[in-house]
Amino acid sequence: MSATALRARRYRLRLRIVEAGSALLGVVLLIWSLTPVYNMLLIALDPEEGEIEFDGNIWPPEPSLEGFRAALSQEARYLEEFWHQFGNSIYIGLLTTLATVLIASLASFAFGRLRLGRGLVPTNAGLLIYAIPASCLVIPLYRIMNRYGLSDNPLAVVAALVTFATPFAIVILQQYARLIPFELDEAARLDGASAAQIYRRIYLPLMMPALAVVASYALVIAWNDYVYQFVLLTSQRHTTVSVMQAQLFADTDAPWNAMMAAAIVYALPPLALFFGLHRYVAKRLARG
Amino acid sequence: MSSTQPLAATRPIGLGRWRPPRWRRQRHGAELAWAIAFVVPYAAVLLAFAAYPIGYALWMGASPGLYAELFAEPLYWPAVVNTLLFVGLGVNLKMFLALLLSGFFMRRRWWIKPLLVVFVLPWFLATVQAYISFHWILIGEYGFLDSFLQQVFGIAGPTFFNDRWLALGADIAAYAWKWMPLWTLIFLAGRIAIPAELYDAAEVDGASGARQFVHITFPLLANLYLVCTLLATLWAFGDFATAFFVSVGAPAGMTEVLATLSFRFAFDEARVALGVAAALSALPVVIPVTVLLMRKLQTSELQL
Repeated sequence: MSATALRARRYRLRLRIVEAGSALLGVVLLIWSLTPVYNMLLIALDPEEGEIEFDGNIWPPEPSLEGFRAALSQEARYLEEFWHQFGNSIYIGLLTTLATVLIASLASFAFGRLRLGRGLVPTNAGLLIYAIPASCLVIPLYRIMNRYGLSDNPLAVVAALVTFATPFAIVILQQYARLIPFELDEAARLDGASAAQIYRRIYLPLMMPALAVVASYALVIAWNDYVYQFVLLTSQRHTTVSVMQAQLFADTDAPWNAMMAAAIVYALPPLALFFGLHRYVAKRLARG
Repeated sequence: MSSTQPLAATRPIGLGRWRPPRWRRQRHGAELAWAIAFVVPYAAVLLAFAAYPIGYALWMGASPGLYAELFAEPLYWPAVVNTLLFVGLGVNLKMFLALLLSGFFMRRRWWIKPLLVVFVLPWFLATVQAYISFHWILIGEYGFLDSFLQQVFGIAGPTFFNDRWLALGADIAAYAWKWMPLWTLIFLAGRIAIPAELYDAAEVDGASGARQFVHITFPLLANLYLVCTLLATLWAFGDFATAFFVSVGAPAGMTEVLATLSFRFAFDEARVALGVAAALSALPVVIPVTVLLMRKLQTSELQL
């Protein structure tokens, strides 16, 4: 056998090993990502409530939608107010998203396009807030919200979440804004456009993909939050899904199947957002 | 103007001297007013909900006696060790794996894209619920993992939450599960921005995959990697949900991190000042990281 043929064979063998290795890694990643989701389904599909979910089953022996029915019709214990709490979560999530996008886009426009504080104030001084662990901030925030007259008010949670989400949002926007040529702003200025008009007519439309990313980031932050919602909202009326699920978790005898069914329902809106965003950004980027 | 303008646009913000044209200088007053008006909401939010509470926290945790009390707490030093492990080990492991995985997701195979979608799923799943599921997977012989090991391989799995290090490992794994997708996506975006010609040239020169990673990918992504790692470090310090829901501090508070410990002091034991002190005691590590991050962001161009 010639040397070239031998080398070609070795090359093909190496390719095959790499191929098999990457397929194996793919399977490992699949299991890694989906196991907690599968476990949620496993418990949610159990027909009865109580300790029976922890019988050591690795697949549902008799899958039933009873958990989902009990959760969605608010019949299960703890879940009597599920839809109301779901509404509270959506309210906080949407307000946080809107406020973050608005505040961050205005500030990043002023820093990046109007060159405010160039060389003087670090534009990302807001990042300093990440130096303080959230747990440290939540204790003084609790007292301060009382002074602001925002105790037990969903707006207090929104304010706290916006404060946390905005600095990083500005970083993302600043990075993306560098792709937009300054000539566009200058041309508009020559035509007599004011800063507000440039913001509305040029900056916002061109920044849409980045704004979509920032919006989804803010929504995910709000949807995932537990600490602020637990500490800053005290009444039953304002309880959110996160807080309710944590209460359920602390109970030793709770309707686990209905709880996990509710958890799956709660997980759906961000997933819908994810797929919507994925398509939107892909389309935008493809168009250039 | 036409010669300075493109230069100014490509230069990182905050750097370089840029002389505005005369008509621009005349309009500067109106422009400045707008700029200030645009920053007011951000500044107001930061002042009211960040600066004030931080100042308040510093004031609450100012008494030195508080720290003597804190250091004498039996749960404090284990929590410090746990926090350092959770952050130091957890973040670096997660970031490095994310960097490698972003390369894996660059492969051109039909199944890579669907796999990426599944892999990103955890980032969009609600944290509390996903962590509760994690807790139940690992809860012992009735948890999913041990049941699986028992029924498929006939092995008796460990009781994770009876052992401090296993429980801490579970926290680290859950945190990586949740956050690795985000960083992988960011690194993937960074890799896509690297011109393919560089790799083609390396290929022609006979450089192997590993050498391409060392000599092309890593140098070009180093800055992005550093910034992301610093940011992830800060977030991990403040992370509360993982230790609270996955290990629940088990066994006997031995996997508390500073974030959950301060919460426990403040809300379960009504020792609010001590809780603030516990959180503030991380500042000697956290502040240098923040300063480094701000300098990196200020002076370098970064692609996210």
